Formats: sequence, structure tokens, C-alpha cells
Amino acid sequence: MAEEKKAKPKIQKEAVPIPKQPPEVRRRNFNEVALGYTEEQAVAEANRCLQCKKPQCIQGCPVEVDIPAFIRLIRERKFEEAIKKVKEKNSLPAICGRVCPQENQCQKFCVLGKIGDPVSIGRLERFVADWELKRGLEAPEKPAPTGKKVAVIGAGPAGLTAAADLAKLGHKVVIFEALHLPGGVLMYGIPEFRLPKRIVQAEVDYVKKLGVEIRTDCLIGRIHTIPELLKEEGFDAVFIGTGAGLPRFLGLPGENLGGIYSANEFLIRVNLMKSYNFPQYDTPIRIGKKVAVIGGGNVAMDSARSALRLGAEEVYIIYRRSRKEMPARAEEIENAEEEGVIFKLLTNPVRFIGNEQGLLKAMECIRMKLGEPDESGRRRPIPIEGSEFTIEVDTAIIAIGRTPNPIIQRTTEGLEVTRWGTIVADENGKTSIEGVYAGGDIVTGEATVISAMGAGKRAAKAIHEYLMNKK
Amino acid sequence: MYKIVTKKELAPKIKLFEVHAPEIARKAKPGQFIILMVHEKGERIPLTISDLNLEKGTITFVFNEVGKTTFELGLLKEGDVLPHIAGPLGNPSEIKRFGKVLCVAGGVMIAPMLFQAKALREAGNHVTMVLGVRIAQLLFFEDRARKICNEVYIASDDGSIGYKGLDFLKTLLKKEKFDRCIAMGPVVMLKTVSEITKPFGIPTVVTVMPVMVDGMGMCGVCRVTVAGKTRFACVDGPEFDGHQVDYDELLKRQKMFVNEERFSSILWEMLGGGKLFG
Ligand SMILES: Cc1cc2nc3c(=O)[nH]c(=O)nc-3n(C[C@H](O)[C@H](O)[C@H](O)COP(=O)(O)OP(=O)(O)OC[C@H]3O[C@@H](n4cnc5c(N)ncnc54)[C@H](O)[C@@H]3O)c2cc1C
Ligand code: FES
Repeated sequence: MAEEKKAKPKIQKEAVPIPKQPPEVRRRNFNEVALGYTEEQAVAEANRCLQCKKPQCIQGCPVEVDIPAFIRLIRERKFEEAIKKVKEKNSLPAICGRVCPQENQCQKFCVLGKIGDPVSIGRLERFVADWELKRGLEAPEKPAPTGKKVAVIGAGPAGLTAAADLAKLGHKVVIFEALHLPGGVLMYGIPEFRLPKRIVQAEVDYVKKLGVEIRTDCLIGRIHTIPELLKEEGFDAVFIGTGAGLPRFLGLPGENLGGIYSANEFLIRVNLMKSYNFPQYDTPIRIGKKVAVIGGGNVAMDSARSALRLGAEEVYIIYRRSRKEMPARAEEIENAEEEGVIFKLLTNPVRFIGNEQGLLKAMECIRMKLGEPDESGRRRPIPIEGSEFTIEVDTAIIAIGRTPNPIIQRTTEGLEVTRWGTIVADENGKTSIEGVYAGGDIVTGEATVISAMGAGKRAAKAIHEYLMNKK
Repeated sequence: MYKIVTKKELAPKIKLFEVHAPEIARKAKPGQFIILMVHEKGERIPLTISDLNLEKGTITFVFNEVGKTTFELGLLKEGDVLPHIAGPLGNPSEIKRFGKVLCVAGGVMIAPMLFQAKALREAGNHVTMVLGVRIAQLLFFEDRARKICNEVYIASDDGSIGYKGLDFLKTLLKKEKFDRCIAMGPVVMLKTVSEITKPFGIPTVVTVMPVMVDGMGMCGVCRVTVAGKTRFACVDGPEFDGHQVDYDELLKRQKMFVNEERFSSILWEMLGGGKLFG
């Protein structure tokens, strides 16, 4: 790529915009918001890439995709080769192209960002992945079997990636997933309008085509424990990718009133159980007229935007710091605002108030101000005494964070765990038990899809080495 | 895919299914439950495991037809398959030698209670069983109970069979000393039993079955307040100290969903429409 010599057109400072559903339409439907580049748009955007001799972008990618190479192939309209290039490192590109926080990763390092918009790497990745999905995924050749068997626990991005990489190396892989559908947060958490479930299932199908067997409805720790997998079920190694799926609550009076959901419950009903298609699907969801979502991260934005789409009249985001400190991706905050979500910042709930039937009718809040920065570097919110006020809401969704799934830790003797409940593992995923590896949110606590995939990749490599050197 | 091996109607609208699920059967213990789906677009509903057969590789559960999902389930025939069963879920019941154990079972929960009673007897306990039903026609498994337990009492909401209500327990408890009480049934019944045993200082364990979705701790819909603390029934329970459960909150949390049209039937079953025995 460095030897490309053709004269380049003048630098285009502005990225080719991605077509989107207009806010007034999309706020009431579950179809995907961003529609994706056309071939022409993709090539035009790819043409903006400077094909740097020393590309900076790659260091921002947790799985080290050869970004300039795949962009050059798009430019040359060699889409098939482009997607192959991406897939050398990333087995779930249609997903990453949609949900990765590129602004903090690859695109942060793009030199074009210094004078204008960085190259839209994520949108280009999505483009080639969708291009391939439209034509149907090709199963790669099967490698010679090694005779080794690996159990992967959890079919989220960490587990799927580890499984795919191990299968490509010739190991027999079985994924055990507790829910009835594979995908982890991609299936049950991130809403359809941001990540269509047919995309997730297509990527899962690709992993299956690699020869990976997925057993759903298997809660490890109950149906089999990890020692049983190793000793009785004939597995040579185990990878744990069980995620951070437990909802955190505020611990405030009235929190168990009817009409108060954890974001997980709300999103599981809506996404996994497809309540928005009720009654074609049987799981109902109740959404009131006025909905308060507590929290300022991606999960809060997803909940608020889902509530709007289910027909809520007013949806508030209640966040205790200011907009600047919100952990959600900037793009998602903008999307939410465009769709009409109302932000009540520097506000914190104090208690929930119910009616005689035990249903939520109002929420008492207090105003906050920002004090000195805390350990996280963000300014600490301090309540302003006497500033309490009540807002009428009939639904509240608590999106203040999630903690690790605990069942494996409770049922695996000798597995070292931190006091936050995460599993202790080194950078290659090695845990305190021989042959047992872990990665993704179960090790780091809540993080991102791509970091979970990176962990799955590194662990797959380490497991491969372990298996090939054993005995 | 899980094949239905046996289907029986135990009483009007109360059905028993025996399902081929060898891996679950191998692991299931009394007190644990499964979550099943009738079809791919269905709800996930929890049902307590009522028996197992290791040779046949089957598990058994009993349910009440009260809402869409359980009606659909009841329409399935022997030979049909269920697409999804996750289990065993929840913590197993504590089975050891306690001495004299009083079991109180209401409605469909008679079936899983007898599964537990069998294990308690095998562990060397003296088991006194109370079978509670709304009306006489709904009684089932009386013979089985008499075979398994040392003593059997029958009670009903309307007095159409056995004692009327549970007040007779007060007299029983004055006469006999029990080391442990176990209750499975509608929330109103759990509350009543716990109120009766409390003054006698009998350790009382109740099985709560609030609404569930995932059954593995991920959604929090199954939260109950026990001793002032929020617990998740699916992973921390489903058994809790009966004297510490906030039953009024539990009832309200269940009702809020019952108001919701067509909502998961199972809570109705547990709630018993506000009746003692469901
Ligand atoms: C609503 C929401 C929005 C998000 N948005 C973004 C975003 O835009 N961009 C981004 O990068 N990240 C986002 N994240 C974070 C991201 O989804 C996670 O960091 C990522 O999914 C973690 O992957 P994982 O494989 O470690 O775990 P998960 O995706 O949580 O998968 C774990 C899987 O393991 C299964 N499991 C758990 N315990 C067991 C067991 N004992 N036996 C068998 N199976 C088990 C679970 O059912 C689950 O399927 C979001 C998260 C949420 C909740
Ligand atoms: S059923 Fe979801 S946490 Fe218990």
C-alpha cells in the first residue's frame, strides 16, 4: 500500500455523511436508524484515506485490523478482498462496524482528524460486512482437526470470537449459552434499531459454519460445573465469557414498586423476547406515559430510545452529573436528543413514590452540583440541600450499571475472583485454574464489544498454545 | 428439543408432563425449577421440577392452565416437543435429617412438594403433609402423599374437603412439636403458614415464584425483599426464610403484572387469585 503512487485528489476534510432515518419517523419505529453507505458513498469515503506510510489508526483497534489495507481494497472496489482482509482479524465486522466507539479507538488516531473529520472507518467496515452478508457468507475451508475439545461458556462477543478462532485452528469447540438464543448483549441488550438481530444471527451462523457447536439453554454452574466439563465431559480447556449481566439497583426507598424496571429487564423483554412485536410474540411490556431513565451511559440511551418507540409520551434521562461527564457515545446522545428524549442533568433520584396498588406514580429528586474530581477523574456530584422536587412518572428504568454474572464463580472451587466479582485473569486470559481461561466483561467489568472480542482472541491464542504443548 | 413422554390431567386444568431431558434429570434436585418456552415466540415461564426418572432420562412438572402460555402448553400431546428448557435453575432445597418436618403444599405445588417430601423421608425425617386445595375437585396425588409421608392432612378454601382453611394448624402445633416447616404454594398461603408457625418458633422455609424472565439473575424482575434486603428469587432462592419475606410487596409485585392483560399465567397460579390454596 505504501508504494501507491497515483496522484491523489485534494484532501476532503468532511466525511461522507451516512444516510439516516429522519428523527420524527424513527422515534416511533424499531428499524435501524443509520442506513449504511451505498457503494458510491463507500468508495468516496475510502478515497479520503491518505494511506499513511505509518498508519496511526491500527494502534487504536483492539483486534488490530489492517485498516489502510481494507480501505484501499474498497477504493479499488475489491469488496470481497476487503472483507477478507477485515476478517483476518475480526470475525464479527457487521457488528463492530455498528457499535464500536470508533471515536475513541481507530478514528481517534486518524491524521485526517487533525484538520477535519477522521475517515469513517466504522462505516466502511460496516459497508463491506453488509456487502458480504447480502451475498451470503462463505464457509472457509476446514482445518485439519487437532483432536482437542474446548468448552466456551457464554455466546457473547468474547465467547463467539474465542470459539471462532479456536475452530479455525482445528479444535472442536462447543459453546454453552444459558439463554435460548446466542449473541449475549448483542441479542438481549443492544436494541434492534442500533443493531438488527438478523445481523447478529448472520454472524453467529458464520461461527457455526466454522464448525462450532452452540448449545443453548445451558446454564453452566447448574447443568455442568467447570470441573465436570474438564473431568467428565471430555473437554481439554475452558473459556469463560459470561459477561457482566447483573443489574445494579439504587437501593432507594420504593425501588420495588411496580413500574420500575432494571434496564436489563426492560431491554431483555424488548430485544430478546421481542415485546415490541406483542402480541405476535407473547412477552408483554408495560410502558407508561412518562418514563424516567436513570443513568447516562449507552444502556440508558438505549432504554430511553426504546421507551419512546414503545409509545411513551415523555421520556427523561435523569443523570447526576453534567452532559460532559456522560459515558454514552456522543453519537447516541445526539440521536436520543434528536428523537425527543428530555435530559434532566445534575439531578438524582431520592425515593420512589407509589399509589395504593403499589405502582409507581412519582419520583422525588434532588439537584446536584459538581465538586472536585474523584478517582475516575470526573467531577464528583454533590447534592444541593433543600433542592428536592418531585416529578410525575409512571415508569422508571434503572440503568446505573451491571455487575458480573456470579454463578460460575459460586460453583467453581479454586477460581480466583476479585472483590467486585470479576474473574482474575492475565492479559492472555489465564485464570487460577489450569486449562481455564476467561475474557470480556467477566474479567474487566462492563466494557465494550470490541474489547471483549480482543480478549477472546488473545485467549484463543493462549488456549491453542496450551493445548498443543500439553503432554 | 425436549419430547413429551407422558401427559396426564390430574384435575380440571391441572396437567402433568413428563419430558425427555436426560442432562437436566441427571442434575435436578428437589426445590429447583426449569424455564421453558412453548415455541420460539413464546414467553419464558418458570415451573418447579416435580420428579425425575434417571433410567428414562425424564423430568416431570405440573402446571395450571391459567393464561395463554399454559393453555398452549396444555394443548401439546405426547410425542410433541418443547423447543427450549433451561435448567435446573435455582438452589436445591436443603435435605438433611431435621427430625419432624411439617410440609404445607397448595394447588399445583403439591407435586414438587411431594418430590421434596420423598427426599426428606429418605434422609430419615418424619414428614407431616398438608395438601391444600381451593375446592375438592382440585385435589390430586392424595394416594401418593399417603405413600410418601407419615401423616397427611387435607384442607380446602371452601371446606368442601378436609379442614376449612389452615386454622387447624394452630391446634396441631400446640399438640405436636415440629423442627421445621416447609411451605410451597400461593403467596397468601405462604404468608398465612409463616404467621402461624412464627409464635411457635418453627424455622419455616417458603418457596417463592415471582415473575421471572431469564431465571439466571440478569433481569431482576424476580426481586423479593427478605429481611429488609433485595434478593433475586432465581439465583438467591427460590427458598427463603418464611418469617423474613415481605409478602405484601411480593403480592403487589405479582398483581401489577396480573393487571397487565394476557400476562404470564404462572403468577396467577402462584397467586391463586388471592385465595389461600390457588
Ligand atoms: C444495552 C447495552 C448497550 C451497549 N452498547 C454498546 C455499544 O454501543 N458499543 C460497545 O462496544 N459496547 C456496548 N455495550 C457493552 C458490550 O455489549 C459488552 O461489553 C459486551 O457485550 C461484553 O461481551 P461479553 O462476551 O464479555 O459478554 P456478554 O455479551 O454479556 O455475553 C455473555 C453471555 O454469557 C451468557 N452466560 C452468562 N452466564 C452464563 C453461564 N453460567 N452459563 C452459560 N452462559 C452464561 C449470557 O447469557 C450471555 O449470552 C452495551 C451493553 C449494553 C447492556
Ligand atoms: S428472573 Fe431475571 S433475575 Fe431472576
